[in-house]
Amino acid sequence: MNEQMAHTILKAEQLSIGYKTKKEETIIASNINFELEKGQLIGLVGANGIGKSTLLRTLIKVQPALSGSITLNDKVLKTTTNLELAKRLSIVLTEHLTSKNLSVIELVALGRHPYTNWIGSLTEADTTIINESLQLVNISELKDKKCYELSDGQLQKVMIARALAQDTDLIILDEPTTHLDMYHKAYILKLLQKLTQETGKTILFSSHEIDLAIQLCNTMIVMRDNEVVCDQPCNLISNGVFNSLFPKDLIVFDNKTGSFRVTK
Amino acid sequence: MLLCFIVNISLGSIHIPVQEIFGSLFGSIENNTWQIIITEYRLPKAITAILVGSGLGISGLLMQTLFRNPLAGPFVLGISSGASLGVALVILGAGLFGGLFTTSLISKWSIVIAASLGSFLVLLAVLAVSNKVRDTMAILIIGLMFGSITAAVVSVLSYFSSAEQLQQYIFWGFGSLSNLSWQELLIFFPVYLLGIILSIVTIKGLNSLLLGDNYAKSLGLNLKQSRFIIILATSLIAGTITAFAGPIAFIGLAIPHLTRQVFKTSNHKVLLPAVFLFGAIVMLICDCIAQVPGSDYTLPINAITALVGAPVVIWLLVRQRKMMF
Repeated sequence: MNEQMAHTILKAEQLSIGYKTKKEETIIASNINFELEKGQLIGLVGANGIGKSTLLRTLIKVQPALSGSITLNDKVLKTTTNLELAKRLSIVLTEHLTSKNLSVIELVALGRHPYTNWIGSLTEADTTIINESLQLVNISELKDKKCYELSDGQLQKVMIARALAQDTDLIILDEPTTHLDMYHKAYILKLLQKLTQETGKTILFSSHEIDLAIQLCNTMIVMRDNEVVCDQPCNLISNGVFNSLFPKDLIVFDNKTGSFRVTK
Repeated sequence: MLLCFIVNISLGSIHIPVQEIFGSLFGSIENNTWQIIITEYRLPKAITAILVGSGLGISGLLMQTLFRNPLAGPFVLGISSGASLGVALVILGAGLFGGLFTTSLISKWSIVIAASLGSFLVLLAVLAVSNKVRDTMAILIIGLMFGSITAAVVSVLSYFSSAEQLQQYIFWGFGSLSNLSWQELLIFFPVYLLGIILSIVTIKGLNSLLLGDNYAKSLGLNLKQSRFIIILATSLIAGTITAFAGPIAFIGLAIPHLTRQVFKTSNHKVLLPAVFLFGAIVMLICDCIAQVPGSDYTLPINAITALVGAPVVIWLLVRQRKMMF
């Protein structure tokens, strides 16, 4: 039992997410339970508007949970301070950078902020981690380029390197494959898989690339209208979870190939 | 900057040879009038120019980063509007509330106090609102709204004022570096310094804000607290400057852009000291030009900053064809 606890990085219990105003609560999804283990790649999938982003925003503490609890490294998320959280969890979001006028290395170096002193000077150890992060995502040669010179794919890699430099057990990415072509979609997800294997980090990402996620993830969290399922991709397929993911009038899930195809 | 400083001191309606200036700075000079002109008038003015230029530049930089908006300046929070309302109430309102005090009684100090009070009240309002509002953009709009309200009150006041009062108000609006005595600088400087120290403390936070609010938070930044410090620093700097030197436009908006174009970075560890230097230098140069070397006239500083600065910024933007932000 104890050993199992040590391996759990992120745990959600009876979690209910949504928006709260003074007058009313809008529940988007409820009764969410999952445990994510160390070193795994986890894909979060679901139809548009089902609450993937809301779930991620709740997990990264941008918005509060309506009820239930989230524990990160055995610590309750609600009571974790921003700074403590920054040392356990790093994020890659879909929102645009406010300024692209930083060089790649400056941007990656921002990932060291939770560890640096009041003015943010980098120690030798910081520089080592920054360079390692650049190497892990294969962008060492880009390091002196400005962010506005980069393609979407390159920028995504830079943002991943920044998250790596933050040196956290868990990285959460919100739709890291949007705006990318088919090759780069596969490239980024494959890169995330490699990172979980090489660094032992847990990586959770949301995506619409269900086919790719099925092939690459250790675990998948599937959000449907009335329930949230978390299991290994093969179990999810044999339980027919993907069949009921979307309305059946246009696309159907093919259990044999593990992918969707257009109905004739 | 040192060069600009010396040139600035040496220029004025009365010609004083350069070697005499060095003499007076280091204490020994035969001509007593020159000595007084330099130590009591030109030296404080040059120091004011440095403080005003660097201070406005830095507060402009803080606002542009905080609001993620290249159009933001030190006065977006309505600080200058607050100050002008205060001054308008004193100068223009004197007619309305006549009998309380007459125009001749409106001293420099009452204007300074009115401007400080005005900007301080607006600052309090903005800070109170910024603690309630989650969205940084909303604070920007609220600041602009405060500006509109005060501008409206000022126009109503001017409608009922005499030409003489209006002129006095307009002169205040021109801005001036030359009105400060050493005693006033003694009040000005500590507040300014406090603002600058606060802005240095926020460098790290400003850099993480370059990624956006959510990223900054994920890097462990206490967003509300940093926002509070940034706004407080700006208000202290821009508020005192407006109180003592009038609403000096343009510098706060242009200097950060100028610096970004030249240094080609958004890293605040580079930008903050660079903006400090550029702001001080540009202000000194503008003041030199305002003296109109070789003549007895002194032009309003507000006109010069824009006349000189705007073409420079346009030229830089056109030349590099790309805005750095």
